Amino acid sequence: MPPSLETLWLVPALPLLAASLGALTPRGGRRFSAGVAIAAMAGALLLSCLALRAALLDPSAHLVHNFRWFDLGNGAVELGWLLDPLSALMCVMVSLVGLLIFIFSLGYMCEDENFTRFFCFMSLFAAAMLGVVIANSLLLLFISWELVGLASYLLIGFWFHKPAAAAAAKKAFITTRIGDLGLLLGLVWLYDSTGSLLLYDGGNGVLEAGVLGNLGTMALAGGLAVPTAISLLIFCGAAGKSGQFPLHVWLPDAMEGPTPVSALIHAATMVAAGVFLIARVFPLISYDQALAADPLHALTVVAAIGAVTALLGAAIATAQSDLKRVLAFSTISQLGYMMLALGVGSWVAAIFHLLTHAFFKALLFLAAGSVIHAAHHEQDIRRLGGLGRTMRTTYATFAVGMMALSGVPFLFSGFWSKEAVLHAASEWAVSQLPLYAGLVGVVLTAFYMTRLLCEVFWGPARSPEAAHARENTGVITVPLVILAIGSVGLGFLGTPAWPWLESALTGRPVAPRSLLEGGGLMALSIVLVAAGLGAGWALYGRKVRVSADAKDPFSAAAPRLFGFLGARMRLDELYAATLGRLNTLGAALADFMDRWVWGGAVGFLALLGEFTGSVNSEVDESGLNAGFNSASERIRGAGRAYSGAQSGDAQGYLRTVAVAFVVLALLVLLGGGR
Amino acid sequence: MSPLQLCLAFSSLLFAVGLTGALARSNSILVLLGLELMLTAGSVNFIAFWRFGPPASPATGVVFAIFAIAVAAAETAVGLALVIAVYRHQRNIRLPEANRLKG
Repeated sequence: MPPSLETLWLVPALPLLAASLGALTPRGGRRFSAGVAIAAMAGALLLSCLALRAALLDPSAHLVHNFRWFDLGNGAVELGWLLDPLSALMCVMVSLVGLLIFIFSLGYMCEDENFTRFFCFMSLFAAAMLGVVIANSLLLLFISWELVGLASYLLIGFWFHKPAAAAAAKKAFITTRIGDLGLLLGLVWLYDSTGSLLLYDGGNGVLEAGVLGNLGTMALAGGLAVPTAISLLIFCGAAGKSGQFPLHVWLPDAMEGPTPVSALIHAATMVAAGVFLIARVFPLISYDQALAADPLHALTVVAAIGAVTALLGAAIATAQSDLKRVLAFSTISQLGYMMLALGVGSWVAAIFHLLTHAFFKALLFLAAGSVIHAAHHEQDIRRLGGLGRTMRTTYATFAVGMMALSGVPFLFSGFWSKEAVLHAASEWAVSQLPLYAGLVGVVLTAFYMTRLLCEVFWGPARSPEAAHARENTGVITVPLVILAIGSVGLGFLGTPAWPWLESALTGRPVAPRSLLEGGGLMALSIVLVAAGLGAGWALYGRKVRVSADAKDPFSAAAPRLFGFLGARMRLDELYAATLGRLNTLGAALADFMDRWVWGGAVGFLALLGEFTGSVNSEVDESGLNAGFNSASERIRGAGRAYSGAQSGDAQGYLRTVAVAFVVLALLVLLGGGR
Repeated sequence: MSPLQLCLAFSSLLFAVGLTGALARSNSILVLLGLELMLTAGSVNFIAFWRFGPPASPATGVVFAIFAIAVAAAETAVGLALVIAVYRHQRNIRLPEANRLKG
């Protein structure tokens, strides 16, 4: 066993230790808790890099370390961790981005009085996320997964004194819990069918051919194969965590948390957990592709949901006016792209996009955080503006992130990963619809990012906060610069001409192809990006907004569409009107049942008990007790009478003795002896 | 009246005086005196039966009397010590008041 595998558990354990130390630190220990958290992340990053090097020695191997947790009936619950290029790359990404965001938080959170608590929760989150990444057991993965959800809840509600933040935390927790229920059911079903939750276990793991072959022979009544059903349940969990269409509503609200939290959790890492999960169990999810009789393939559902989410997120993002909410919907849209790539069968493209997205979305969020910090927590883009002149570093790095996200050709990482996704979609045999959704999404992405850039950084400052904004200190800008470098450089890991990432992830050498592979598609997407950028510039850049009250050009052109998108397609209202009302109805019914039916039955039983009790007590009081009482009273009377003789008068006693003696003597004398 | 009868009458009188004293006085020293008188009456009986009764071993009655006197002396010593102890507690030696140990 290589040393990197033996020490892999330390990667999540170090931040967990930092979190526990942070939890024990009093409020004043700001330096200590932040120092411990950052040192733990740096240690995790170092170990992850060593692990990545070890994993790349033999990319096709899945090095595992399994151990028995406890025995359960005839079986045993086993946990374990896994070292392969996928987990090692994810470890490096999470710990690197996490480290940069921790450093950024030093500056961003410096005025918050709960600074130590913040770092404690952030470390807990990082530990849980790294646990998800290295887990070789779906059970361990699920435990970490729920810890991630908990940390997310705590961090979204970090400013819980704001009612909106408390509500958003609850919403996030409950919405993801709906998905997690599916995941849990899937895991239980999987355990029931295979007897194991280990991913790789020397031929007995659930992702290995033998077990999958057995699983594939089972089918449900409707002809649906069991692997398909389990995969769909697992996908429920992934959809909840990754903000996919029906369950995406929590992600925009989660922006109520501090901006580093949004960057770390709701952009770069946690929401990627769902994508990672699907990529991790890809052998299971894609297994039903081979079953011709299966009426529905799990991956088809994944692709459809991904395409819908990509389009929907991008469309809503065009009409938001909150800086962070635009980025949140953009995250939803990009997660849709990743799911789309998974659905069309290219998990490598999905992971590639996940890695590049982690960098440029963390960059965008941190740059947004830098803006918000400088502008005294003003995050309405209509009231910002003109920051390009005063905040040059933030402006430059934000522009890099914006171009990476839009997919500006050749130089930026987002271009290459998005090309990989679109290329995979174009080769999907089932349908071309995801490709079209993706292409429309490209235009929209370029459009809304241009809008965001123009509104925030161009034109005049439209509020006193924006006018007074100054560039932040190095602790905030240096992470931005590093992330910007990553946003540019990371793309070259996966270009068609040098498919290093693909060969590393799949474990087999991939022949380099032409850089301009699929030239027609690439040309088309470049044209679309240009169209999006051009439209954005034409609407927002050419004539920049002059005052906060000026009408949005898009709103002026299509007020009803803009209003519809601005209200997030009224999905929250739809949920409130349907599911919320259903829930209220169910609650009212349950309340009625509780209050009247069950409550009545319980009340009747209570009355019955009270009645028998009173009868019992009556019998006791009048029947049994009276006898005992009178007997006791007599005993007491006798005692009282005797105690009267005990006068304590020695002469009295003696007199009694004398009289008794005389009486005795008289009896003896007069009675004649015996 | 034979000398034995005379002696027995005397000792009965002595015993009655002692008993009366023990029962009737409230001064504990006088009660002790009464007790001593009753003991002495017993000793007189021993001596009288030894002197005027049928012949027996030479000194039986005298030995009894001497033992009784020795025991009475010891008993008086204990009794007087008790009287002093009672006096310390209640600042007098009245027997009817010494009833604090009653149940």
